[in-house]
Amino acid sequence: MDAIHVEKLTKAFDDLTAVDAISFAVPAGELFGLLGPNGAGKTTTINMLSTLLRPTSGRAEVAGFDIVSHRDSVRRSIGIVFQEPALDGKLTGRENLEFHAMMYGLGKVERRERIDEVLGLVELADKARVLVEKYSGGMKRRLEIARGLIHRPKVLFLDEPTLGLDTQTRRRIWEYIKVLNREAGVTIILTTHYMEEADFLCDRVAIMDNGRFAALDSPRVLKDLMGGDVVSLEVDGNPAAFLYEFSDIDWVKTRNLHEGEVVLTMERGERRIPEIILLAQEKGLAVTSVHLRKPSLEDVFLHFTGKTIRESEAGVAERNRAMMMGHGRR
Amino acid sequence: MFSWAAVYVMWLREMKRYARAKSRVLGSLIMPIFFLAFLGLGFRRMPVPGLEGGLSYLHFLVPGIVGMTLLFSSTMQGLSVLWDREFGFLKEIMVAPVSRVSIVLGRIAGGVTTNMFQAILILVVSAVLGFRPRSVPGLLLGFAFMILIAFTFIGFGLIFASRMKDMQGFGVVMNFIVFPLFFMSGALYPLANLPRPVRVLSYIDPLTYGVDGLRGALIGSSAFPPVADLAAMAGFAAVMVVLGAYFFEKSESV
Repeated sequence: MDAIHVEKLTKAFDDLTAVDAISFAVPAGELFGLLGPNGAGKTTTINMLSTLLRPTSGRAEVAGFDIVSHRDSVRRSIGIVFQEPALDGKLTGRENLEFHAMMYGLGKVERRERIDEVLGLVELADKARVLVEKYSGGMKRRLEIARGLIHRPKVLFLDEPTLGLDTQTRRRIWEYIKVLNREAGVTIILTTHYMEEADFLCDRVAIMDNGRFAALDSPRVLKDLMGGDVVSLEVDGNPAAFLYEFSDIDWVKTRNLHEGEVVLTMERGERRIPEIILLAQEKGLAVTSVHLRKPSLEDVFLHFTGKTIRESEAGVAERNRAMMMGHGRR
Repeated sequence: MFSWAAVYVMWLREMKRYARAKSRVLGSLIMPIFFLAFLGLGFRRMPVPGLEGGLSYLHFLVPGIVGMTLLFSSTMQGLSVLWDREFGFLKEIMVAPVSRVSIVLGRIAGGVTTNMFQAILILVVSAVLGFRPRSVPGLLLGFAFMILIAFTFIGFGLIFASRMKDMQGFGVVMNFIVFPLFFMSGALYPLANLPRPVRVLSYIDPLTYGVDGLRGALIGSSAFPPVADLAAMAGFAAVMVVLGAYFFEKSESV
């Protein structure tokens, strides 16, 4: 059975369609990623699936329950770690977990057992009696992951689980996520705008941009779509004209122009480089620099959306500023 | 799904937070104590028209200040949803598989408990200054009024909190609504002294009946019959709690 089934799910705010008729399904036990820049609609999607926001149209089922008509059943079946901490800083770590366990109707004995267990999992047992306001960012995130697991959810949502954490903490959290998914069999939906996070963790990734899915597949298949290697070139003269020269060469899989660089993908790039330089000379263009690497999800994102994730975020920031100037604070 | 466990845990959280916020407790007590001490002592010899049995202004003032303490702390309590929203904890509450009514009830139960504790502390301070309630049954009736005032204004705060997205409207509510409610309630002076048009406003102020009822209960002197005060306060409390729960249910948490 599918853990999540979504049909044409849409959320429109006053002057912005944050999520635009997306459809997808996640089989039970999968680790599924929503990858995209800030403002792509990832968090809005999660908020709808976790019953915090009502969809404008479309429908979705989580763990077999409709997210609008069976909200309490959905809520009982899911755990969620929000992007911003959702902890009470005036309570201790253990008290935060107890609050959660009681809200989810766990009895006294089970409560103590589960809390000890999840505290052990995220290695916070020795800090359980400290007020959460004294926790570091990484500790808070680990506590939230622990909390999301107390009531044994079938589906766990992680909204940017490692945002703002240092590399070492990020690695540890990745390990927890893998363990949860593999050993406890929890279906996990995570959002991220870190390419390497999606690549490392996810069985399948949906690339999200402007409220829609630009692509959906396993990171491996997505990268293979790009062809074997990425060759980026700096050229003297007009790069657009240079790009045009490659339009009918069959061994070039994809062609993009990015920040004045020509970005091509192809099999066995190292063998093709001399050919490329020769071709450039024929056309009277000089190649000033060549760079060869394996494709990343960043290239996939660039290919499907025509921009890098960083550029998309700059665009969103600008749009937000324009909105604020135009309409005042919402 | 209604859950008593949720009501209890919301209440318990409030108790723990209150016990840990010593400065907040002190801050909320200091203002009413200043009012009591300076107004009570400063106007000590002023005769209050309509007050029987040669009671001093302090006796007239104490029920008013108890009402004021409850008005301010209860409204703040209702508005505390905004803090939970600001610090993100509201999402943890809203995503739980329990009915919104159990959440609201737990919040109100916590608020009433802490606010009653504060109001009783004010009564203790008043006793030190020389205030004496009329009788033990009067004191118990006074507690009933205090609880109703707390319910009313927690509901009132919840209504506003559900209509506001962030903390920005907080000062507006305090300055333009809560302060006028306080002054119009007759907490500091007999309403008969107010010009007629202003007095009309006083009659729709719930705190008017709360303070008057408290006076009737504690010092045996009131403008309206105590039964009428009790009925009015019970009505206000019921309406405000239902509306507060309704608006909280409707509000979006993100």
